[in-house]
Amino acid sequence: MPRISHWIVRRLSHLDGTLLLLVLLLLGISLAVVASASGQSPARITGHLVNIGLALGVMMLFANIPPHLLARAGLPLYVAGVALLVAVALFGEIRNGSRRWLNLGVIAFQPSELLKLALPLMLAWYFQQHEAVLRAKHYAVAAVLLLVPFVLILRQPDLGTSLMIGASGFYLLFFAGLPWKVIAGGGALVAASLPLAWNLLHDYQQRRVLTLLDPGADPLGAGYHIIQSTIAIGSGGLFGKGWTHGTQNQLDFIPERTTDFVFAVFGEEFGLAGVVVLVALYLALVARGLVISARAPTLFGRLMAATLSLNLFTYAFVNMGMVSGVLPVVGVPLPFMSYGGTALVTLMLGVGILMSVATHRQLNKT
Amino acid sequence: MKAVAPLKDLDRELARFHARLKIGAAFVVVLAGVLLGRAYHLQVVQHEFFTQRAESNRISLVPVAPNRGLILDRKGRILAENYSAYTLEITRAQVADLDATLAEIGKLIEITPGQLRRFRRLLSESHEFETVPLKSRLSDEEVAIIAAHRYRLPGVEVKARLFRNYQAGPGMAHVVGFIGRINDRDLKRLREQNIEHNYRGSVHIGKTGLEQSYETLLHGRTGFDQMETDASGRAVRMLSRIPPVPGKDLRLHLDLDLQAVAEQAFGDYLGGLVALDPRTGGVLALVSKPGFDPNLFVDGIDPETWKALNESPERPMVNRVLRGIYPPGSTIKPLMALAGLELGLRKPADSIVDPGYYSLPGSSHQFRDWKRGGHGVVDLRRSISQSCDVYYYRLAVDMGIDRMHDFLEQFGLGQKTGIDLEGESAGLLPSRDWKKRRWNKPWYPGETVIAGIGQGYHLTTPLQLATMTAMLANGGRHVEPRLVEALRDPLTAHWQPVPGAVRGQVAIKPENLAVVREGMLDVTRPGGTAARAAAGAPYSIAGKTGTAQVVGIRQGARYDEKRLAREHRDHALFIAYAPAENPTIVVAVMVENGGSGSGTAAPIARAVFDYYLTGKRPGAVNLETGNATD
Repeated sequence: MPRISHWIVRRLSHLDGTLLLLVLLLLGISLAVVASASGQSPARITGHLVNIGLALGVMMLFANIPPHLLARAGLPLYVAGVALLVAVALFGEIRNGSRRWLNLGVIAFQPSELLKLALPLMLAWYFQQHEAVLRAKHYAVAAVLLLVPFVLILRQPDLGTSLMIGASGFYLLFFAGLPWKVIAGGGALVAASLPLAWNLLHDYQQRRVLTLLDPGADPLGAGYHIIQSTIAIGSGGLFGKGWTHGTQNQLDFIPERTTDFVFAVFGEEFGLAGVVVLVALYLALVARGLVISARAPTLFGRLMAATLSLNLFTYAFVNMGMVSGVLPVVGVPLPFMSYGGTALVTLMLGVGILMSVATHRQLNKT
Repeated sequence: MKAVAPLKDLDRELARFHARLKIGAAFVVVLAGVLLGRAYHLQVVQHEFFTQRAESNRISLVPVAPNRGLILDRKGRILAENYSAYTLEITRAQVADLDATLAEIGKLIEITPGQLRRFRRLLSESHEFETVPLKSRLSDEEVAIIAAHRYRLPGVEVKARLFRNYQAGPGMAHVVGFIGRINDRDLKRLREQNIEHNYRGSVHIGKTGLEQSYETLLHGRTGFDQMETDASGRAVRMLSRIPPVPGKDLRLHLDLDLQAVAEQAFGDYLGGLVALDPRTGGVLALVSKPGFDPNLFVDGIDPETWKALNESPERPMVNRVLRGIYPPGSTIKPLMALAGLELGLRKPADSIVDPGYYSLPGSSHQFRDWKRGGHGVVDLRRSISQSCDVYYYRLAVDMGIDRMHDFLEQFGLGQKTGIDLEGESAGLLPSRDWKKRRWNKPWYPGETVIAGIGQGYHLTTPLQLATMTAMLANGGRHVEPRLVEALRDPLTAHWQPVPGAVRGQVAIKPENLAVVREGMLDVTRPGGTAARAAAGAPYSIAGKTGTAQVVGIRQGARYDEKRLAREHRDHALFIAYAPAENPTIVVAVMVENGGSGSGTAAPIARAVFDYYLTGKRPGAVNLETGNATD
């Protein structure tokens, strides 16, 4: 018995208290909002609880894996991910007009999900390998490592995911010390190629952007989601309509309201006060992540922690921006808030890595 | 090597990394600011706007159509009532393949070709999103069959609707009128009157008759249920209700029995009859033959039937009492006589010798009397009872068209009577002014001559004749004809009388009127033109016969009824009131192609008087036995 309890204490000692508290607060809010948005459907709530339990388990598992082991997984995961992306491009299943899924018989799998973690791991491991001798060449290699999956996913086509993965890669390069000159030059290049990129976008992608600029142009079609979600948020006012009292929510006006548009339900029922609290929680989470990064003993840990933190906030920003009508509609869930197992597990895996970096300080590099 | 050399570098790298972390943190704070700014804009700045949008999303007003008022005769018998029935309705926008759907329905329940034609016509007149009835009055079995197959028939619904039943039949169609589906024209009018909202739950609107003229009262006020609805438009719960206010019930002066007697009295003839109470203007009977079945129109008439009704030479859709305009002929003579007396042009005893024609001074043209050889010595009373034309040719010339016009105008000729039905004709009361305005031609003396016997430009409706007669009967009080006697609010069940409208009182010397009325009484006495029709009546009738020419008779030729095709025969007219001493009923009859007023029109009036004054129902009236006198 004492040995078992000792083992448990050791495992628990790798959890970061601050992160855990913030995450549990967010998950608590999420549970309440998903309950309200699903009309307090027992199936949805149970499903959400199961997802949360599973995700917490995954978080705990990864918190206990030392960073150097994680770093080793970078290359194989990356290679496997890119191979799967190629497989998708060749044999993938087409759903809703894009080739994103790989049918493994029992489950359909999106390899692009894997890359969300594999790419930062790969790049962080790569930079750590060449920490002492970082030169322009290494940034160039890293850029290629970034561009390969980026282009493969973009061609599926899945603009949203490719941009998110591109962002995570860019954050990593940025924290790894990508020279400002290169950043400025790259930015100029991207800006210059925007018109060209616009023409390369698919019709529905262009429409999404246009819809953002003028949702009223097609109120029952593409604009419907944005119009209804902004109505929900706006009608929430300062303090909201109260839990389960959002009319836009309860009467089905908000689409996808337990998943991608959960923020509209939250904004309607809890108002500006709720939004401020939510954004503050995300900021606190990022702050904690950056602190962990600053204190991390290895380059791998620093890069992973900083990238994961910024990435997490990017997801939150893109989702809330989309739901409140400042960004085009892209299928990105709101971290910790949206219902959905895969996204939550991936996210908590990232939190687990953050905790691992935070609690494995004595285990120095190499 | 790795352990020593990069140590210094590592510190610098670390410092650089920390700087980048700060930049990353700043970036995150900026993004958070954008989000909060957006939330502030939506939730504080535009809060009111979005609250309204959310409310209009949430709340929908479901109109609740009021019950339409009933129409009853004076004895409370129902002329128009509501019933609810199941109808099969189709919304075009929700049907992918209309023909296939119709074929499918046709396999389930019987759909007649007429119903299909009607459906196609209604469809062509409505918008895609409107529901259009295919078949109404479904049996319970048909409802069950459709309900069982509904899942295969998107856009097809069975709905409970309120309908109107006109059980009094074709005879009352011209009075009661009918309701029909609200069409674009109706909608436009409702919009102009700014009462469109009151029809949001209504399918029907009054199209003709009382249904049209009392539309606002009959319809009532539409109620609204404030429903909370979800995004798919399903009602979740009722928030509040403004109950509908049912329409008012109408009770008429008209007696259905009297109406039936009058209609029957026409036999095979077509024409119009109106009976008024001269004291109130109340319409006791109003017959326009032929009638039509108003029930055909309630859920849309099929094009074939509509065409047949409209193109029938008998013109069943025209209300002859209101819109049939005919020269008044001799029925104008009592009024002319009164004018002569009132204007001091004649005294009752003034006599003329009628040689059978009249010529204007200096002209050889002969205006003939209807009686060859003339009436001999004729005074005022005799001029009425014998209907002497020459007496009135002379009187008219002495009076002149202008004075004639002004006098007759006081009795409502040339104006709408103001009856509570729409679409009546004003007829035509000629004058010098009118001719100048209308034709830009001078008035000729010869025109005055024939105007004196109600020919020429004169045009009157049977209703105008009845109103004019009522004024002779009641001493010159100009009452407007009224169908509706009282209104009932269904909520209080309290009848509220509708007062008659009096336009004014014509100043007439009682002794002058008495002479004219005596002359009219003579008409039904032995020797008078309508003596036979009045024979044996236990009350006294004062009247005047008349004919309205359908074809012109050449100078020197003779009107020979037997040689004319029936449709070229004159229209027979008769105006009368009874009892002559204290009149309670006035009748004006117009029998199309009836030949003579005495022969066909007067017996019809007699049947009406008999029933109204004695309760006696007529036996078989033989209309062809009367003498062809006028």
